[in-house]
Amino acid sequence: MRLETRFKWLPAPLMSLVLFIVWLVLNNSLSSGHIFLATILAIVIPLVTSPFRTKQPIIIKPGLALRHLALVLYDIITANVQVAILILGPTKKLTPGFVKVPLDLTHSLPITILASTVSLTPGTVSAEVYPWRESLSEGEKLEQQFLLIHVLDLKDEQALIKMIKQRYEAPLKEMFQC
Amino acid sequence: MLETVISIVFAMIGLSLLLNVWRLLLGPSIPDRILALDTMYINTIALIILYGMSMGTALYFEAALLIAMLGFVSTVAVCKYLLRGDIIE
Amino acid sequence: MAEWIISILLLIGGSFVLVGSIGLVKMPDFFMRLHGPTKATTLGMASLLTAAMIFFSTTHTGFSVKEILISLFLLLTAPISAYMMIKAAIHHKLESIERTKGIDNIEDDV
Repeated sequence: MRLETRFKWLPAPLMSLVLFIVWLVLNNSLSSGHIFLATILAIVIPLVTSPFRTKQPIIIKPGLALRHLALVLYDIITANVQVAILILGPTKKLTPGFVKVPLDLTHSLPITILASTVSLTPGTVSAEVYPWRESLSEGEKLEQQFLLIHVLDLKDEQALIKMIKQRYEAPLKEMFQC
Repeated sequence: MLETVISIVFAMIGLSLLLNVWRLLLGPSIPDRILALDTMYINTIALIILYGMSMGTALYFEAALLIAMLGFVSTVAVCKYLLRGDIIE
Repeated sequence: MAEWIISILLLIGGSFVLVGSIGLVKMPDFFMRLHGPTKATTLGMASLLTAAMIFFSTTHTGFSVKEILISLFLLLTAPISAYMMIKAAIHHKLESIERTKGIDNIEDDV
């Protein structure tokens, strides 16, 4: 896991990129004036706000991140169709359930991304991450964190846990190298 | 053809807003009502975008963006209030 | 041609939004109700906004991509609001229906 970027004047390169693109898209133009203004905003805002932000891990493998994004988008589309069928079908047959997924990730940013992906994909909503880092007393070490998810139609618990760990957690682990 | 389709989709979204109001009135618990309100603001964005399309102006885009932002913040604020009894600690 | 694509996208989006709201009314307990809106509405809104994007790009002069911002914003915020709501529900100890498996897994530590 790496926290610092290589450039001093660009504390959050991804945030700068997002600011640049959002400014151009909001104004819906590619004129030189707007590009100039977007560049200034993309450099100044991360610099000014960097004292307020806590250091977040940096994506080390951007190619893998893009491929994972495409996979997640594909999964979101199929998930929506599946959930629509489940909702329109008979409600009596559904067997909902709470499943506890042990996490290998340790930092809060990858865990947040994992929880959001789980919420957006087939029939699952992430409910909680426990135990909380804040709830531990001083000096106590965090043993193992769990992600609690609610499943709309639970068929095979072990297969679901394995699927989440392989399909969504392993790429995140590799991409942040933690 | 587009006008017919737009009116059909208007009807669909109107129906889903009515269903949301039904859940909002029925409850039974407070999180249920928050969920109904959350769905309602998303459906309202759809309604505004559709209205802009049927009027043929892109002016309503800003209104939709504002509703999206305020709706998200208000959902989180109400949930936070339910969780802690306070919004800003 | 563009008109066809816009119409199909609009119908898909409208039906997904409708399915989400049907799920909101039909499901028996809060945790199951949450699934409908968080999923069905994100894709529904995404296709509606894509339709709007194509519509404004073809009928008005110039290219319009602003609508992508709303769908991205909704896609980013839907899991967060779902998480907040399910946390509030767990904190209020809402009943889930009897056949729910693994209720013992819930630990409330707010």
